[in-house]
Amino acid sequence: MIPAAFEYDRPTTVAEAVDILARNPGTAKVLAGGQSLLGLMRLRLARPERLVDIGGLAELRGIRALPDGGLAIGALVTYREVLDSALATSRVPLLAMAIADIGDVQVRNRGTVAGSIAHADPASDMPAVVLALEASLVVRSGSGERVVNATSFFEGAFVTDLAEDELLTEIRIPAQPTGVGMAYRHLEQPASGYSIVGAAAVVGRTGGSITTARIGVTGVADAAYRASAVEAALIGTDGGAAAIAAAAAHAAEGVAVGSDIHADAIYRAEMARVHVRRAIEAALGAAG
Amino acid sequence: MTTDVLGSPVKRVEDPRFITGKGRYLDDIQMTGMTYMAILRSPYANANIRSIDTSAAKAMPGVILVLTGADVPYNPLPMAWPAGGSSGVQNNINMPRALATDDVKWTGEGVAAVIAETPEQAADAVEVVHVDWEPLPAVVDTEGATQPGAPQLHENAPNNVVFVWTVGDKAGTDAAVDAAEVVVRQRIVNQRLIPNPMEVRGDIGLYNPGTDEYTVWMSSQTPHIQRLLLTAFVTGIPEHKVRCISPDVGGAFGTKIFCYADMALVMLASKLIGGRPVKWVETRRENYQSTTHGRDHVTYLEIAGKRDGEVTGLRVKTYANLGGRLSTIGPGVPTTLYARVLAGCYKIPNVYCEVTGVYTNTTFVDAYRGAGRPEATYVIERAMDLFAAEIGMDRAAVRRKNFIAPDAFPYDNPSGLGTAVNGEKIYIDSGNYEPALNKALMTVGYDDLDKAKAEARTRGKHLGLGLSTYIEVCGVAPSKWIGAVGEGWGAAMWESANLKVHLTGKVILTMGTQPQGQGHETTYSQIIASELGLAMDDIIVQHSDTLGTPFGYGSYGSRTSSVGSTAAIKAAGKVREKARRYAAHMLEASVDDIEVVGAEYRVKGSPEKKKTLQEIAFALDLGFSLPEGMEPYLDETAYHDTPNCTWPFGTHIAVVEVDEDTGKVDLVRYVAVDDVGNKINPMIVDGQLHGGIAQGVGQALWEEAIYGDDGQLLSGSMLDYALPRASWMPNLELDETVTPSPVNPIGVKGVGEAGTIASTAAVANAVIDALKPFGVRHLDMPFTAPKVWRAMQSQEVRS
Ligand SMILES: Cc1cc2nc3c(=O)[nH]c(=O)nc-3n(C[C@H](O)[C@H](O)[C@H](O)COP(=O)(O)OP(=O)(O)OC[C@H]3O[C@@H](n4cnc5c(N)ncnc54)[C@H](O)[C@@H]3O)c2cc1C
Repeated sequence: MIPAAFEYDRPTTVAEAVDILARNPGTAKVLAGGQSLLGLMRLRLARPERLVDIGGLAELRGIRALPDGGLAIGALVTYREVLDSALATSRVPLLAMAIADIGDVQVRNRGTVAGSIAHADPASDMPAVVLALEASLVVRSGSGERVVNATSFFEGAFVTDLAEDELLTEIRIPAQPTGVGMAYRHLEQPASGYSIVGAAAVVGRTGGSITTARIGVTGVADAAYRASAVEAALIGTDGGAAAIAAAAAHAAEGVAVGSDIHADAIYRAEMARVHVRRAIEAALGAAG
Repeated sequence: MTTDVLGSPVKRVEDPRFITGKGRYLDDIQMTGMTYMAILRSPYANANIRSIDTSAAKAMPGVILVLTGADVPYNPLPMAWPAGGSSGVQNNINMPRALATDDVKWTGEGVAAVIAETPEQAADAVEVVHVDWEPLPAVVDTEGATQPGAPQLHENAPNNVVFVWTVGDKAGTDAAVDAAEVVVRQRIVNQRLIPNPMEVRGDIGLYNPGTDEYTVWMSSQTPHIQRLLLTAFVTGIPEHKVRCISPDVGGAFGTKIFCYADMALVMLASKLIGGRPVKWVETRRENYQSTTHGRDHVTYLEIAGKRDGEVTGLRVKTYANLGGRLSTIGPGVPTTLYARVLAGCYKIPNVYCEVTGVYTNTTFVDAYRGAGRPEATYVIERAMDLFAAEIGMDRAAVRRKNFIAPDAFPYDNPSGLGTAVNGEKIYIDSGNYEPALNKALMTVGYDDLDKAKAEARTRGKHLGLGLSTYIEVCGVAPSKWIGAVGEGWGAAMWESANLKVHLTGKVILTMGTQPQGQGHETTYSQIIASELGLAMDDIIVQHSDTLGTPFGYGSYGSRTSSVGSTAAIKAAGKVREKARRYAAHMLEASVDDIEVVGAEYRVKGSPEKKKTLQEIAFALDLGFSLPEGMEPYLDETAYHDTPNCTWPFGTHIAVVEVDEDTGKVDLVRYVAVDDVGNKINPMIVDGQLHGGIAQGVGQALWEEAIYGDDGQLLSGSMLDYALPRASWMPNLELDETVTPSPVNPIGVKGVGEAGTIASTAAVANAVIDALKPFGVRHLDMPFTAPKVWRAMQSQEVRS
């Protein structure tokens, strides 16, 4: 459980950090809370030659209110800070619903939301959440800043749109439509606590029929995804139990459902349906 | 105040140091000149080694020594408990080596060792040891390994069979099964577990070139035994030249009973590098791959009986996976420790069991909390439920009908389960099973079960209740039996205690047992405080060092409170007696006139004429004035060989809810009525039960060591091996009945394993009860959500 030797940098500005990344292509790794990276290094499954510790980048700290009613979460914001933030929990209750169950106290105290998104573990919870919230991700490199929609960020298991010389600096969550309800439902893999299936729902009705339905699903496939077939089937219905169940039946449509020692594909797909249904029901229950 | 300390829930004297991070575990030990060992482990489950090239490793920075199997002059590690002991059962023995020489039999077997200046350098260098491997097909399946066509592990073990051992009455049982009104048959699997003590294993070897002596610190349950095994069997170094020390041990669950390669390697390495200390601490991953595993049985059970509920026969055939080579007492666990208690607390007239020990390309299997008895309890308690279901009788009523009657003790199983070679026997010492069952049923509200099930349905849950009316055996004994039958280490099983009352009146009790977190320092202090009328603060308990500790067999098998405590009581008795004789001398009275009241030694009839134990010790230890023939110092040693094992029992009841959509099982209630005899410290008893129950629940619901067909351990870390969490446990509703054991003076039985032995079957029976509406008769553990969900689906989805 001893990592292979590595160089260590602790830059003090984002510019400096991305410069180090650019000068060490393929060999440097960003270190945030270390909750995923250090475990891999201790098993020598990851052996970066250089760690760029972003812990000193004051620019990446804090949760800001966006003028449109949304939220900006800096890359160094830990799970704990989200849970403790009245701003975050009131504007976007979905965050805390998912985070409360992640890891344990130590993991939540050190692990960052951005780190989870950048790492893109196919069983992690945050990807489903940012998908359902239609968040966008702010990314910086030596050649400037770009903003990526979450829907085009997660490409595969541990693979994202992020290039090797890029730093994820901020997560921007737009204001959510008025009257929507949010919920997160998941089934934990008992050993790791990660999700065999996780479903995040942002759902709302206008005048008796569903007008907003955004469902993010994690754990089921290589990468978290928007369950668009579910959303399409739900929109325009009355949001009654039958309509929800019928819509949720599409939860694993169009993805290659994964299989491992903890859950085979048949079970996973069924759990996607169950948890998407439960998340929609709970979200509608919470809606105004 | 001191008189009632025995039996009261005194807070543990160990805890201040343990819970403030002041414990001193193996890895806390620092020494000048310390070097660090890392072990290269086989990446293959079955492979030949063509050659090993250590040159690159030797050239790495900080490397002092690189060892391969060819460099180790020692014998293989001993296997001390063959199946059947000395009865002549054929055992095809293959013992582990300190390092592999020409082949490996499981992923994780040690192949080379690097000793370096820092742990980092050792870890780096071990990576560049180059092994030229010839990988071979592997077999990991317990039953499959014995079938034709399976890869063969060892030349001396055709069909990978270690032994075939039987116990009981074959003819009688065959006849009972043939003639029975009802026979229920079921194949059941007791899956492999990884024991997971919080502190992993480790050792430090220190050779003294000046004296040619060795000191070995080890995270072990058995430092005395390890000295014996390492000297007499492995290294050939004379026993008196080796000192073994166990510092604080952070959990063990059986895994630290055994003799391991690393112990010998740190000794050899320290000698080869001129006497610098060599430290080795395993990683959690190594612990998963190369410290012993537990359980792993495949069993075919047949239970026979009458429609009125009387059980007339039990026939059992078990395949027990022992891994790639045999651990120290591997074969003893699925034989004597398992099959001799297969009939549980029931009066079953005809019992027969055949056990086949099996080699597979997996980590060796040995005693794990309960060792054989959880496996036996699982078989008989599943069998009782299957039988009750078959004849349509209430599960509690079937159990009640078959209990051994309270007046039938000492009980000798009629089929001879307790009878070993030469006709030597062990008996069930005592028991009264029905009150515990009744109490547990009452507490859980058994009569309202249907109502509870209906209520759960309104919440989308299927509720189930499971019973486990268990017995267990503590403290394998007596030595006479072991001597006659050659089982149980093939060594005696007494215990030792030395008690010194020093000049200042402070007391040091030195024990041959070895705690791993159980609280021995507290319970022994309570006993001595009570025996000598002293405050616990005036007593300290020492253990764990072969220098200055009387020889002892260590702690496992819930033996300490029965066997160790009795040794301590005997030593206290000797101290009291000598103090009484000396008091008579001091008070110029006759010995017969001295009465002992607490710590006071008084002349009968003249209570003002008295001496305290402290005053006596002061004078006697100085020895200025000694009666004729009396030696100075209040220092007594006692050895105790218990006349029999002790047999705790009780009823555990689990209530579970299964989610109808996901198959997820929640344990919602747990009631346990245990009879562990008298209690030295009821709080410690509860603690042992809490942990033990959680561990057994873990097996039922979550834990499973999973190997791929190629022999890779897929559940190779805590990310994939699910241990129970505190938040998953309901409040445990504990209660008791008290049937003191007749075999020791304080009537204790032992409780280290009871929780684990009882709980797995209770939870399994509860889950299967919950699945009754789906026509499920049996399902194998662990009851993970996917498995339970599948069992609830239609036939098409299931297959
Ligand atoms: C015991 C345990 C339990 C856990 N349980 C759960 C769970 O139930 N659900 C769940 O979803 N997760 C779980 N996790 C994972 C945890 O959520 C993540 O490890 C954590 O959030 C990652 O953030 P970090 O700051 O620690 O990232 P690090 O470990 O420091 O980094 C992770 C990866 O992301 C990269 N990275 C980090 N920040 C940036 C950035 N700003 N820009 C570019 N790249 C970056 C790193 O280079 C690295 O590759 C668990 C982890 C542990 C240790």
